[in-house]
Amino acid sequence: MIKVKINGQEQSWDGDPDLPLLWFLRDEAGLTGTKFGCGQALCGACTVIVDKEAVRSCITSINDVAGREVTTIEGLHPNGDHPVQKAWRQLNVPQCGFCQAGQIMQAAALLMDNPKPSHDQIREGMSGNICRCGCYQRIENAVHLASTGV
Amino acid sequence: MNFIDNPEKLRGFEKSIRVEKISRRSILKGLGITGGFVLAAPVMSRQAFAYETGAGKMPHGVVVDPRVFVAVAPDGTVTILAHRAEMGTGVRTSLPLIVAEEMEADWSRVKVEQAHGDEVKFGNQDTDGSRSTRHYLIPMRQIGASARTMLEQAAAKRWGVPATEVKAVNHEVVHSATSRKLGFGELAADAARESVPSIEGLKLKDPKDFRYLGKGQIGIVDLHDITTGKARYGADVRLPGMKYAVIARPPVTGGKLVSFDPDAALKVPGVEKVMQVRGWPWPSKFQPLGGVAVIARNTGAAIKGRDALKLTWDDGANGKYDSVAYRKELEEASRKPGLVVRQEGDADTALKGADKVVVGEYYLPHLAHVSMEPPVAVADVKGDKAEIWAPVQSPGGTREDVAKTLGVPEGNVTVNVTLLGGGFGRKSKCDFALEAALLSKELGAPVKVQWTREDDVRHDFLHTVSVERIEAGLDKSGKVIAWRHRSVAPTIASTFAAGAKNEAPFELGMGLVDMPFEIANISCENPEAAAFTRIGWFRSVSNIPRAFAVQSMVGEIAHATGRDQKETLLALIGSPRIVKPAVKDMWNYGEPLDSYPIDTARLRKVVELVAEKGGWGRQVPKGHGLGIAVHRSFVSYIATIVEVAVDDKGKLTVPRVDTAIDCGTYVNPERIASQIEGAAIMGLSLAKYGEITFKDGKVQQKNFDDFQVLRMDESPAVTNVYIVPPGPDTPPSGVGEPGVPPFAPALMNAIFAATGKRIRNLPLGKQLEA
Repeated sequence: MIKVKINGQEQSWDGDPDLPLLWFLRDEAGLTGTKFGCGQALCGACTVIVDKEAVRSCITSINDVAGREVTTIEGLHPNGDHPVQKAWRQLNVPQCGFCQAGQIMQAAALLMDNPKPSHDQIREGMSGNICRCGCYQRIENAVHLASTGV
Repeated sequence: MNFIDNPEKLRGFEKSIRVEKISRRSILKGLGITGGFVLAAPVMSRQAFAYETGAGKMPHGVVVDPRVFVAVAPDGTVTILAHRAEMGTGVRTSLPLIVAEEMEADWSRVKVEQAHGDEVKFGNQDTDGSRSTRHYLIPMRQIGASARTMLEQAAAKRWGVPATEVKAVNHEVVHSATSRKLGFGELAADAARESVPSIEGLKLKDPKDFRYLGKGQIGIVDLHDITTGKARYGADVRLPGMKYAVIARPPVTGGKLVSFDPDAALKVPGVEKVMQVRGWPWPSKFQPLGGVAVIARNTGAAIKGRDALKLTWDDGANGKYDSVAYRKELEEASRKPGLVVRQEGDADTALKGADKVVVGEYYLPHLAHVSMEPPVAVADVKGDKAEIWAPVQSPGGTREDVAKTLGVPEGNVTVNVTLLGGGFGRKSKCDFALEAALLSKELGAPVKVQWTREDDVRHDFLHTVSVERIEAGLDKSGKVIAWRHRSVAPTIASTFAAGAKNEAPFELGMGLVDMPFEIANISCENPEAAAFTRIGWFRSVSNIPRAFAVQSMVGEIAHATGRDQKETLLALIGSPRIVKPAVKDMWNYGEPLDSYPIDTARLRKVVELVAEKGGWGRQVPKGHGLGIAVHRSFVSYIATIVEVAVDDKGKLTVPRVDTAIDCGTYVNPERIASQIEGAAIMGLSLAKYGEITFKDGKVQQKNFDDFQVLRMDESPAVTNVYIVPPGPDTPPSGVGEPGVPPFAPALMNAIFAATGKRIRNLPLGKQLEA
């Protein structure tokens, strides 16, 4: 039996320990905010925060996070008012929106690590997350806004 | 307009499945209104609008009926149906916003509900071709005005005053003579009993009184849900007892399953069943390819089970498709005459007599759509009834195809449209929904079919592959006197009918026969090309290779004559005029030419505007270069300037992009900007990396590692968007697609300016490093 804390709640799993965390979250725990985009850690749509680090849940097994704390987009802030989420809304970042949960989790992790990133650091730190609609300009500006309030 | 007695039931996507039923009942029974007041197209009022669109010619035309689209609850909540699919363009916000504007609803009290697939009821729902605002600005205004009129009539009756004395203002109806007011909620039940006014008699708002339209102050309706993970896409639908499926499909288009061994797959924990999926012969429009499905308790188990399958395929007739060999065939075909599709003057003779002939052969490979959400669908088939939840661009078309595939009446099929995690044309094809329907029928349980990224890359309806060859004949003064453009590419028609080898009128009309330059001798030709895989439409379709070729050729002519790119471009466009190509029944994006002519004044204007705003001719640092391109597509006019920097190792960066768009009358400029910003990213993606290749009939790429798309660290540092203010009667035109075509040629013209290297073969790849 694998135990893992997800958004503050203890969850358990007694199936395949190799099951990617992504599919546990989406199909078993019903937390569909975390998205499937590539399955190979190439696009970042499935990004969650494990302890304080951004992790690609599509290549992370449920066993790898046993006993650890997982935060998904649903648990980032109780009212959805994390500074990154607010900045995203202020700048009307999303188009289709599918990658945005992953982008937001990546940005939140980036700011935990580096609260005042430069534009170059934002571009580098966010470049593992693909947006096919091409919202990059606004994502970059929104991360900057979240970090500076300006 | 309808009356809804419990608006609380309308909240949240999971509940909206029920809401659809509630709202249907309220439309048909709750108020004693029988049937829909459905107007067959065309319904445009010539009195109110100085133009017509092609909306009425679309399947099922337009429905202008406030009772179908609008409902008001006693608490004043106004519910407006969005009947087109949201894939990121903002249409789920923009169209209801038009209704709210005209009916004087307060947007903060409006709720948007997604309509299911029913074109008889809602009119055409095929969200494709950059048509939504273009076709629905007028009908949505009329729907809003009808609802407003019904509210005003109800208030006038209540007060016993003439309807001409009352006026709806911001969610209330006001009788100013007596300072009386009634809220929309208080009037809802009465208003729903009013007769629907005739379209001809409707009084539409004066655009100067618009609060929302054209202002760009409204965020998209799904913004909060998207940023909190609550937005529901196709993959997010969960039904009780639902099974999870992934499918192994024939690796070659038209291939067949010979045998399969399910034993190892069945041993994977969580896998419940392995079963064959029916396939259709190629081509068969959007019917499934067939294969073997692994059914499991979650998607992860299904994928692991599929990896363990032992499969033997018969590759069939397309097993020899090879991109290297095929490209040579296309190039050779482009060097010989083909079907003449436009002829003015005598290009052959003029080319022979020209002082100089500039020749360019431009290659663009297959492209995959790779929307961030891979295809996915949920189906629940019970007996002869089917319900589908899917991210589809054409819910009406999906409904028809599901009904045909299952052999049930269309009325027994409900298609619920989720948000689309990107579409770009891929999700116009509902093959994934058909797979889910077939599996659910066989299993007797709800099923979700999830495509992996590998499935998406390998089994796409790809953008075609093309060679565009242009020969431009110049006289002694450098003036272009002859233009021969041969376009060779497998046609989308080949996905619908076996053996189609010439491009369809709608493909020819995307930048080939509608070429706007003022040249005396023009020949456009279309040599044959056979298809060996599924060809489909990809955001802006044939405009991508055509704009790439035509606008690169402008850059080549500028170089050959030693002139400025922009001046060369304007000289070729020529005088401000309406271009009337000598083409019988030229396809004009489905629009009448008198409302949507090829207007070179507008084409020139976007060039001048982007040149002015984007600082054309400015000094740039060493290693930098500026390139410009313009293209009319989806009846909009767009010009782009790209600034590039190429370092001594050949590394490309894009410091700045400027784009000017004239899309006529517009609704939400903020979303226009986002579409154009995104188009620059997609344009740079395809120019830099976009290439799907085949060997032995199989796609050689699989995921974002070998089919790369642009990432943030290489995206343009800044993209500026300038929107041409519309004239009073300028019809609305496309926005979603037209931003893409001018990007690649502007980029290549900029690279030439920076390095002297002319890139004619896409993608760019490592060509600058050589």
